[in-house]
Amino acid sequence: MKCISVSALFLSCSLCCQLLVPLILSLCLSLSPSERRQGQHAALAIAAVVIIVGVPLWWRTTETYRAWLPVTQINELAKLQLQLSVDVEVVFARGTLTPEQQKKVPLTQTQDEEHMVDGEDLLMVVEVYIGQRRTAMLRIGAQMRVGRTLKQLLAHLEPRIQQVLQVMSFSHSDITAALSDRVRPSPGNKESLADSMRAFKSSPGYEITFSLLNPDPKSHRLHWDIESAVQNYIQPLLTKLAPVANFSIDSQILYYAMLGVNPRYDSSLSAYTLSADSLAHVINPVEARLGSNAASSNPVLNFLLYVPDAHHSPLYIHDHKKQKVHSNAFHSPRWGGIMVYNVNDFYGPDPVFPMDINISMAKVMGVFLAQLRLLLGVQSSATPPGFVVASCGSAGLADWELDRLMWSRTVENVATATTTITSLAQLLDQIGNIVINDNIAQQVSSTVTSLQLAVAELEAGNLGFALQYSKEAILASERAFFDPSLLHLLYFPDDQKFAIYIPLFLPMCVPILLSLLKMLSEARQRRKEKQAKRD
Amino acid sequence: MPRDKAGQFFGSGHTNNWAVTCTSQFWFNYRHVANTLSVYRSVKRLGIPDSHIVLMLADDMACNHRNPKPATVFSHKNMELNVYGDDVEVDYRGYEVTVENFLRVLTGRLPPSTPRSKRLLSDDRSNILIYLTGHGGNGFLKFQDSEEISNVELADAFEQMWQKRRYNELLFIIDTCQGASMYERFYSPNLMALASSQVGEDSLSHQPDLAIGVHLMDRYTFYLLEFLEDIHPASTTNMNDLFKVCPKSQCVSTPGHRTDLFLRDPGSVLITDFFGSVRKVEITMETINLTSPVEQVEDK
Repeated sequence: MKCISVSALFLSCSLCCQLLVPLILSLCLSLSPSERRQGQHAALAIAAVVIIVGVPLWWRTTETYRAWLPVTQINELAKLQLQLSVDVEVVFARGTLTPEQQKKVPLTQTQDEEHMVDGEDLLMVVEVYIGQRRTAMLRIGAQMRVGRTLKQLLAHLEPRIQQVLQVMSFSHSDITAALSDRVRPSPGNKESLADSMRAFKSSPGYEITFSLLNPDPKSHRLHWDIESAVQNYIQPLLTKLAPVANFSIDSQILYYAMLGVNPRYDSSLSAYTLSADSLAHVINPVEARLGSNAASSNPVLNFLLYVPDAHHSPLYIHDHKKQKVHSNAFHSPRWGGIMVYNVNDFYGPDPVFPMDINISMAKVMGVFLAQLRLLLGVQSSATPPGFVVASCGSAGLADWELDRLMWSRTVENVATATTTITSLAQLLDQIGNIVINDNIAQQVSSTVTSLQLAVAELEAGNLGFALQYSKEAILASERAFFDPSLLHLLYFPDDQKFAIYIPLFLPMCVPILLSLLKMLSEARQRRKEKQAKRD
Repeated sequence: MPRDKAGQFFGSGHTNNWAVTCTSQFWFNYRHVANTLSVYRSVKRLGIPDSHIVLMLADDMACNHRNPKPATVFSHKNMELNVYGDDVEVDYRGYEVTVENFLRVLTGRLPPSTPRSKRLLSDDRSNILIYLTGHGGNGFLKFQDSEEISNVELADAFEQMWQKRRYNELLFIIDTCQGASMYERFYSPNLMALASSQVGEDSLSHQPDLAIGVHLMDRYTFYLLEFLEDIHPASTTNMNDLFKVCPKSQCVSTPGHRTDLFLRDPGSVLITDFFGSVRKVEITMETINLTSPVEQVEDK
């Protein structure tokens, strides 16, 4: 706006001043021919200056600065053809193959599979044991043991290996879930919908907050050694997940925080119960009191430990079938989890209130760790029948589960970053008024580079590098898209544009036009006189 | 005054709710502030926490020297309900309530130093409620009585939100004169809009209070609030009932709504999908056995 007013004002002022003199002269009838000619020359010169100097000057000073964007490359990426490759090593145990077959085993065999994103899943029954790291053991069926050719053996194994791969690295439904931004999963498949809604979306960092809720400090003096519990139980998992995201952990204790739902007394159990339907209303009154780190915009995972007050102890959670829940905990997708910890066992024969109670952190962390795995998307959906999965070990995360998470996060990051810059490019194309600064163009270029690298690494099967590049791509694309300078406040409807320019340029243009027209009519007059003279 | 709200929902495909609201300045616009604060209160009552509400208020009513009852804003005649109270968290006040800030909040293009409470941190599973009130005209809404936001800008802002998947479903309510013009230009999917009056009609205020000396509320919002008073977090009232709020006999203007961009049938959309915050829960079936302290094992 400033450019428009300054340049227009400058032009109109200077030209109006220069116009006044010769135009008044030229319009004056009592002029000598030489003076009139002088006036005509002046008018012509002014018109020339306006057209040759003024118009380009106005155009340049009012155009918006738009740095160059790699649009063709962005459109290339938008097709999102990803090639994901997994290296598989099949080791035959002794005795399964005859010595001749062993010699003939081919060294490598690649299997290509094209997954249409709205295709179908395959299901097979296999007997498989999946270990903690990255190995699985298959049992070949009895009929396969003796007298089969190598080819038949391999043909028999292939589908099973495929099945194992789908569980341990990525399956069709995993990829669809990761791409749920661009491809809404078919409404029929409720489980995959629930899975995709439960886990937090990929983010460079997460905040985990552990809260202890003590509604009855007069009866219970609670002690929880949260710091060492986090160090011993949660930190190993987070360290293992370090390539995926950064985590920051807080803890707090809230006093006099009630649940907001009245539990019902069940005389058969002589305990209070919370039905599954009332759980949905538990979180809101509490959430208003929870503190969080105001500095970051990372998603927050809340884990609440609720110790019921003495009058409502013990408190059990019932599921939809009115059965007691073993963990006595529930979680809310994309929010966190709540566990109810009953302390009436600590009372002893003669309780004196307030009682000092040490909370057994191992039990609590067992539940929170399981919920954390679910909310981060680590937990895989139900394994096919015939599969036995080893427990996840001390870190709470098996290696192949980490791989699985990394695959889906990488795909998700690549898809999100591609969508972001594609829509940014579209937006900037549509709205001609937005200024594109150099730093935005640079972020977009670096996004494109990172994305291309990530896709290449995925093709090569280098999961770690692919994830790193995809994270860089996401960061750069978000920075470009959410840059504060891209605000679309430059919406000018056409009638407003006319309203701005007409008062500035019309007073200047009208005298020029009139003088030019006058000169034209005089020239025509002279030509007619000349014609008349000749005749 | 725009309001954003977020809520959490599974059955409809959303997991959290947000709300955003906004108001205009000056003592004679008392009713706009009362409108916004009343909707803010209802939304809070139905469960949306302050961390998920972006409230933009000029905030010069309660402590205005013309207010006979300082530190209060009443929404009902005879001063029955003080909607200001001590539990109001205003995120943008005074001069911060501008069109630019409103659009920045919606599109997320805030400077990095903006604190969490001033951001709309919604994701692709958030249902958002936006409530705007003030003075308006055909195709624009006045902010702070000095700026305007046009319907094209608003539609473009929503499209940018959609491109970045910043909402699952969005409900837009506007209570101004000729409010229906503001939702004419929407073109993004999953938007539902309600307005208090059609193009060419004026929205009227409800009741003046002789002690305070100004009108306390607008008609549409007054009847909207009466309707919301009957809603509790577990209620199953749906959107079709909301469309019937404030018929011409009560409102004098004709309220309008727009649902063609919305994918679900309005009859299946619960009021608490937008106005409340009913969260989805799942029972935690599995636990991890950690009965003994874990030694750090070097995993290579």
